[in-house]
Amino acid sequence: MADAGAHGSTASGAGAAGLTRGAAAGGVAGGTATAPAVLQVEGLSAAYGPVRALQDVTLQAEHGRITAVLGANGAGKTTLLRTISGLVRPTAGRVVLGGEDVTRAPVEAMVTKGMAHVPEGRGVIAELTVDENLRVGSLFRGKVPSEEFERVYTFFPRIAERRNQTAHTLSGGERQMLVIGRALLARPKVLLLDEPSLGLAPRIVAQIFAMVRHLVDTEGLSVLLVEQNARSALSVADTGVVLNLGRVVVTDDAARLAGDEDLRHAYLGF
Amino acid sequence: MREFINLTLGGVITGAVYAAFALALVLIWRSTRIVNFAQGAMAAITTFIALSLIESGQSYWVGLAVALLAGLVLGAVVERLVIRPVEGGPELNAVIVTLGLFIAIQALISVLFGVNQRAFVAPFSTIGFRVGDSSLALSPNTLFTLGAVLLVMVGLTALFRYTRVGLAMRASAFGQEVARLLGVRVGRMLTLGWALAAVVGSLAGMLIAAEVTFVTPTYMDALIVFGFVAAVLGGLDSPVGAVVGGLLLGLLLSYVRGYVGDELVGLAALAVLVVVLLVRPGGLFSTTQTRRA
Ligand SMILES: Nc1ncnc2c1ncn2[C@@H]1O[C@H](COP(=O)(O)OP(=O)(O)O)[C@@H](O)[C@H]1O
Ligand SMILES: [Mg+2]
Repeated sequence: MADAGAHGSTASGAGAAGLTRGAAAGGVAGGTATAPAVLQVEGLSAAYGPVRALQDVTLQAEHGRITAVLGANGAGKTTLLRTISGLVRPTAGRVVLGGEDVTRAPVEAMVTKGMAHVPEGRGVIAELTVDENLRVGSLFRGKVPSEEFERVYTFFPRIAERRNQTAHTLSGGERQMLVIGRALLARPKVLLLDEPSLGLAPRIVAQIFAMVRHLVDTEGLSVLLVEQNARSALSVADTGVVLNLGRVVVTDDAARLAGDEDLRHAYLGF
Repeated sequence: MREFINLTLGGVITGAVYAAFALALVLIWRSTRIVNFAQGAMAAITTFIALSLIESGQSYWVGLAVALLAGLVLGAVVERLVIRPVEGGPELNAVIVTLGLFIAIQALISVLFGVNQRAFVAPFSTIGFRVGDSSLALSPNTLFTLGAVLLVMVGLTALFRYTRVGLAMRASAFGQEVARLLGVRVGRMLTLGWALAAVVGSLAGMLIAAEVTFVTPTYMDALIVFGFVAAVLGGLDSPVGAVVGGLLLGLLLSYVRGYVGDELVGLAALAVLVVVLLVRPGGLFSTTQTRRA
């Protein structure tokens, strides 16, 4: 169980997070997934004019797991998430969410179908207060009990202190907590995170990743995590998918990817 | 002293009307980053519709209700049919489209209602209240004008601050893509923003018509300039700023008119615009930080 050790070091930051991990990690050993897929991406291609940003990408996000998509700047990670949530329309392929084909669904409908996408740059609406940012995220559900907001604030006390301030006063780490909290209020089947580590200090990155791990372990959240920071991402992920020039190079158990020196040097930069 | 009081009162009243018009511009700017140069013409045509009803024997209030309703529909239709195709494109396209719309609607008014000046009777007395043996530049009708503008400002503030649809509109205005990802029907919110703006613009048109007592197809043209300066002064993003900007501009121009000369009013408005853009381009009440390019 080499991977259990790798996860343990960062996940310990979130208290009990490591506990429920062991059993789940065991299932992935061998690189074949046993957990049911929440999100399936099948043969997805996308282009910006002549630039082919995604080519025949197949991968899946499993229930109660973190699937990390790794790759250098320009590999197509952001395009992948934007195509999954409908902001970019694919030239080929399918996106299946909880068994339903959502390839052509309007962007606005995705969240009601169970997909929460936290975009690159975090997507805080800086002109609104922290509280209003959270409320926008739950608008589509109609009336949401206030306990749900309090749970988010309990989990992220840093933003609770600032709930009535406009979000542009938040630090990078606090913004990341806000958008993750906002995504949770949508009660998603799958959470898409685009480079949460971007522009954050290593200590904050470790904190954020530990929180995500904790949420996955305690709430059964399923996460598709896109990251350039492969080392940190692999330390919390269950499965890793390496993307290069818009194509999937390899999909494997996260710990094994982290241990493959040739692959690390070639694609992951550490 | 009496002159000062009357200039101040007059300034507050024209300022209130500038404020209403600026509010309409702000509503659209907030949601679509477009300055709607057709706002004046849109308000003029709804006022002409109301005037036709009033002339045919309906009460002022029926006319007002129809004008506001017509504004609602016109705003929504304009956004859907004319603005939607240029949204998200180069900003200049939208500006040119609203200028084209301005000319088209003005021509339509002339065709439908003629180019002649027509009397517009105010709903309340326009004779100033008397203090001792002198009359103030304040009449029952100007009180109505002030009250109506105040009501609209409070209503819009409450809508944006306390209601779900108001929150959805603000989210759509400040973070279109994020709002869509969060399930907000941004397109609908933009349509609603234009519709609301046109209602407020129509109200401004009706209030002005009563103040100036006669209307022509071009009677709102000057107002688009003053309304725009008021909106920039207050901060194009801020409804409260629009009202404060409108009142400040109204006062300033009234003093210029009274103490300096009528012919310098336009120049004074231009000077305000230039000074604001130089010293505080975000306006007095801007809530948005200056965005990096
Ligand atoms: N809006 C766009 N227009 C044109 N090309 C784009 C656009 N966005 C991304 N690209 C190109 O698509 C490729 C993948 O980009 P992206 O998905 O942002 O990669 P990553 O998120 O992995 O850094 C790159 O070659 C990038 O230059
Ligand atoms: Mg990216």
